[in-house]
Amino acid sequence: MSTVDLEQVSCWFGNVVAVNDVTMRLGPGVTGLLGPNGAGKSTLIHMMAGFLAPSAGTVTLDGRPLYRDQEIYREVGLVPEREGMYDAVTGWSFVLANARLHKLPDPEAAARRAITTVEMTDAEGRDIRTYSKGMKQRIKMATAIVHDPAVLLLDEPFNGMDPRQRLHLMTLLHELGEHGRTILFSSHILEEVEQIAGNIEVMVAGRHAASGDFREIRRLMTKRPHQYTIRSTDNRMLASAIIAEPSASGVQLVTDVTGGSSIHVQATDFHAFIHTLPRLASRRDIRLLEVRPADESLESVFSYLVNR
Amino acid sequence: MNATVASLTSRSLLGRRRVVVLLLLPLALLSLCTLARVLGGLDADIENELDTTLAPDLLGAFGIVILMPLLSLIAGTGSIGPEIEDGSIVYLLAKPLNRYSIIVAKLAVAIGVVIAFGVVPIAVAGVVLTGEVGTVTIAYSVGALAAGVAYAAVFLVLAVVTRNAVVVGLIYALIWESLVGGLVPGAQTLSIQQWSIAIVERVMGESADRLGVASAVSFGVGLVLLVVVTIAATCYAGRRLQTLRINEQV
Repeated sequence: MSTVDLEQVSCWFGNVVAVNDVTMRLGPGVTGLLGPNGAGKSTLIHMMAGFLAPSAGTVTLDGRPLYRDQEIYREVGLVPEREGMYDAVTGWSFVLANARLHKLPDPEAAARRAITTVEMTDAEGRDIRTYSKGMKQRIKMATAIVHDPAVLLLDEPFNGMDPRQRLHLMTLLHELGEHGRTILFSSHILEEVEQIAGNIEVMVAGRHAASGDFREIRRLMTKRPHQYTIRSTDNRMLASAIIAEPSASGVQLVTDVTGGSSIHVQATDFHAFIHTLPRLASRRDIRLLEVRPADESLESVFSYLVNR
Repeated sequence: MNATVASLTSRSLLGRRRVVVLLLLPLALLSLCTLARVLGGLDADIENELDTTLAPDLLGAFGIVILMPLLSLIAGTGSIGPEIEDGSIVYLLAKPLNRYSIIVAKLAVAIGVVIAFGVVPIAVAGVVLTGEVGTVTIAYSVGALAAGVAYAAVFLVLAVVTRNAVVVGLIYALIWESLVGGLVPGAQTLSIQQWSIAIVERVMGESADRLGVASAVSFGVGLVLLVVVTIAATCYAGRRLQTLRINEQV
């Protein structure tokens, strides 16, 4: 059982602050590191993997600083985001080489076990250059688990995987977490993270925006103000009805250049509003032509978490 | 030295396309030497020149001045540069391995390539030109080996330090050593080419003067500088590998 601790960690490159005053503790089980692209997830993982020195704060594994300590790799496995591998060797040779680099007592047996675990036995004799993106991801996973590490760090591990491979990797991570391994994986997709991660850490713009189980994160995300663009058969009447509802805090009637109009609504209570809107329209014989979320990009959701 | 690192490096370095590039220069040298030998058989003057100045000129000007730096540049930078570029170096760095042992393994592979594609062809060219395994052949083979080791170490550390290692290496070998060294005598003191010619001169002994082989530095200075630069470059490469930043995305 291992624990990775980050204490007031910041990391900057010149004028760019990649990670800003992050404190978190990763214990046994699966933790999802959620955030949009450029949020600092990879930087954080590289600091946890001992490749990057924090500009401020400390990153430790069971109390030992991680940076420049090669011995930590006996306990840490890493699945990098970048695809670069030794393309001229076969999958088997590559995983075996990784087992040998770890100086395992029986590298062949360890490589066999890792390749079987990621279900790459059939393709193990092929050169890595012939693999699909999903197969490469699985071979990367095999190299990371070949020495049975206590801590497994995965940077966007589901990229390029088909649904079956994704499900298999999720099951594998879940099992490893159940067996007391400390697993951290990064993703920018909430649905992906909430399926396996007992705990979710949200990063936005280098800051630690939220922490908790997926229910808490879901609640935070759905509780925020939502904006909708609505078109109906009588926009003006519908707008007056919506503004009378406590679940909405603002309504704007917008006319576009073609003369068509729509309503922009700011809803403060997401659940109440989506239940109320059809009833309001139905009572007034108004037909809803379009109800479209105006700010559902992941970035806007994350921005809310940071700025709340 | 780590055999697994060496094995992975050699399989990456000796890809089909790169082997073709590595073969081009030694084949050109051997073709040139064979042509000179054939012409020597037809013309007494050329035969006479082969025995006096043509052999050292060809082995020096083509072998030491062109072949060795260019081969070492490909081998030295190619042994680690592409792995840093595409991020695959992480598979070596995320292991409980001494960083210096990684560098030593990669340098050993680069030196092996330099010997196979540079030193051996120069030795064969020497035999073709002189018709014997004599002083000229041995001197240039030893000189080429010394140059190859030092060049490989310097170009390897360049690949660790900068993404533009090939350009910087070419500037050093072609502009500094050949152009600036030819115009400014003092620049020759800082030239792997001149240090290795000092080795050639020493191995040739008394016949060096007769064959017109002369280095800008003495044998002692050349040897010490070759050893110091090779060791310093290797140590610095290992040190830089300890703090190599592989995460380019913020």
